[in-house]
Amino acid sequence: MLHSILSGDQPRSKILSLVLIIIVLGLAFAPFLFPGTRSLDTAARICIFIALVASYDLLLGYTGIVSFAHTMFFGVGAYGVALASVHMGPGFDALIVGTLAGILVAAILAAIIGLFSLRVRAIFFAMITLAVATAVAVLFSQMSGLTGGEDGLNFKIPRALTSAQKFLADPIFGVKINGKLLNYYLMFFGSLTLILIFLRIVNSPFGRVLQAIRENEFRAESIGYKIVIFRTGASVISAIGAAIAGSLYAIWLRYVGPDTTLSFEIMIDILLMVVIGGMGTIYGAVIGATIFVIAQNYLQNLMGAAADATSSLPILPLIFNPDRWLLWLGLLFILSVYFFPKGVVGRLRGEGK
Amino acid sequence: MSAAPEHNPTLHKLGLQDRIAPYIPLLLVPIIMLIGAGAIQSPSSWMTLTVSGLAMGMMIFIMASGLTLVFGLMDVINFGHGAFISVGAFIGISILLSLGGLTGAPSLFLNVLAVLAAIIGAMVGAGALGWAFERVIVKPVYGAHLKQILVTMGGMIVVEQLILVFWGPDEIFITRPETLKGAFIFFGAAVEKFRLLAVVFGLVIFVGMRWVLRSTKIGLIVRAGVENGEMVKALGYPLRLVFISIFIAGSALAGLGGVMWGLYQEVITAQMGGNLMVLVFIVVIIGGLGSVEGCFIGALLVGLLQNYVGYLDPKLALVSNIGLMVFILMWRPQGMIPVVKAK
Repeated sequence: MLHSILSGDQPRSKILSLVLIIIVLGLAFAPFLFPGTRSLDTAARICIFIALVASYDLLLGYTGIVSFAHTMFFGVGAYGVALASVHMGPGFDALIVGTLAGILVAAILAAIIGLFSLRVRAIFFAMITLAVATAVAVLFSQMSGLTGGEDGLNFKIPRALTSAQKFLADPIFGVKINGKLLNYYLMFFGSLTLILIFLRIVNSPFGRVLQAIRENEFRAESIGYKIVIFRTGASVISAIGAAIAGSLYAIWLRYVGPDTTLSFEIMIDILLMVVIGGMGTIYGAVIGATIFVIAQNYLQNLMGAAADATSSLPILPLIFNPDRWLLWLGLLFILSVYFFPKGVVGRLRGEGK
Repeated sequence: MSAAPEHNPTLHKLGLQDRIAPYIPLLLVPIIMLIGAGAIQSPSSWMTLTVSGLAMGMMIFIMASGLTLVFGLMDVINFGHGAFISVGAFIGISILLSLGGLTGAPSLFLNVLAVLAAIIGAMVGAGALGWAFERVIVKPVYGAHLKQILVTMGGMIVVEQLILVFWGPDEIFITRPETLKGAFIFFGAAVEKFRLLAVVFGLVIFVGMRWVLRSTKIGLIVRAGVENGEMVKALGYPLRLVFISIFIAGSALAGLGGVMWGLYQEVITAQMGGNLMVLVFIVVIIGGLGSVEGCFIGALLVGLLQNYVGYLDPKLALVSNIGLMVFILMWRPQGMIPVVKAK
């Protein structure tokens, strides 16, 4: 049973299994275990980023190509929901139409970019996705009539998903049973489903071919697989995953803007989560996203404390300034790629360096 | 033993088409100028935009040339190249600001002296950073494209943040030296002096680089290394040393480009390098990775298109360059001037 749910790809490490069970149970009962708006928000963010990072892992970890356009697809999904809700009025039909439209646009964009840039050299892909994603981000923030520009869009979601809707008069275990809770479980089960689907994909024959291409492009091609098609396929699937994660994020936040969905900083976050968790494992996404989102919430406080503690010294307080946290993430990123390329999951599985 | 088969090799004269083919990309520059003239209508605006586009193209070329050579030579793609642009700009502009006495004086000689000091400082700073970058960040990941992209990207983030640490988070505004301010009136069109200077400067660098690559022994080794590095090593040349030198020179040029860009925009930010990398990547891709001539033509095309479209509809400026890239990749998937590689 469990074997087939996980598509035969078990964690293969006792500690890893334990950690995963803790994370899944923690997220499943987060509203009851960690009451409060802020912690529920963190839990929802973790769920969404797990799905987003897993979809990126298909590309980076399994296919071995670097894309800088993942936030673009994330943003397309988010804006799809937002625009549909604004123009069709709040309702589940708007959410579904918006999500589907986002998926469609993301898939088409990914297919076009893939066919263009992967035809010649995989290395083009990284540069072209960077250029296209930047252009799209600029375009989104300039077309203020449609997208709200830099300010983004606030929109309404169906009442059944907000805290205004009460399902039970009395709280259970001190937690109000309202639409917000339902919304959280939409995030949780949406992300869980996506993870299981991605596990299915990477353990399918298609996933094996992707890994073969990653390991040896020429050999895979000479066996008879058209690598352009497979790479583009991976890119499209990953874009669809990102778009769905984007839709979920928009539904949770009830807001979209360039900073929350399209910015380059989120792309860096995704890269870090994949690398820290472990490339090419899917489970790495779960661990990476959880560690990272929690750390992100507390790292800035920690840095603020360090800056205060060193305030009498030269330069150090500037380095520990909470605004400079990207500096530390960048260093962490370089060091992880060098010394920790298989990430947490690789370490726990004993694959070492 | 059977006799060798009859074989009489003949040499055909190159047909007209074969002779023209290598120069077709060059023709794109006047073509795009003509299209621009048709779309813009007003000759004086067109003139201003063309000079500005050429100036922008030259600066992008200066920044991009190092990147394309480094790739051609060692198959290293440096996503952190933008960091050299920013660092060069910050060092150069700091020097200019500290030389207020020279830049404020209405004497061409003193102004040029200040700008030269800034340029030299920026090139030395960016070159030194390039050397450190190569040593610490790029060297451990030779041959692994995936890690290269990730690590150099990380390096760029770190350098960008360090700039913020040392120079503070605010953008720095500057004014150009006294004699470089203002514009000429040329057939009714205003042509900014600095842009004209940038065009001349870019041309000088392009011609100089071509001369080094085509007519000196070092250039010969570099060109041979781009075509077939193994063979160059087998012949006993220290390709690694050549590569590091090119890397440092390329970083220094990026720094130079950064100073010029800072003077062109009259404002510098830590993110400027990262933002410019988008244009730089478009340029090296459409030029053909590894080709200096392709990079030059690509940069001019991008600069002109950006200015023309920016005038007609500012929102579409960057998108139009993506369109240009798509168009060129459909026509020549390897870029305009593909570099033959034995790898």
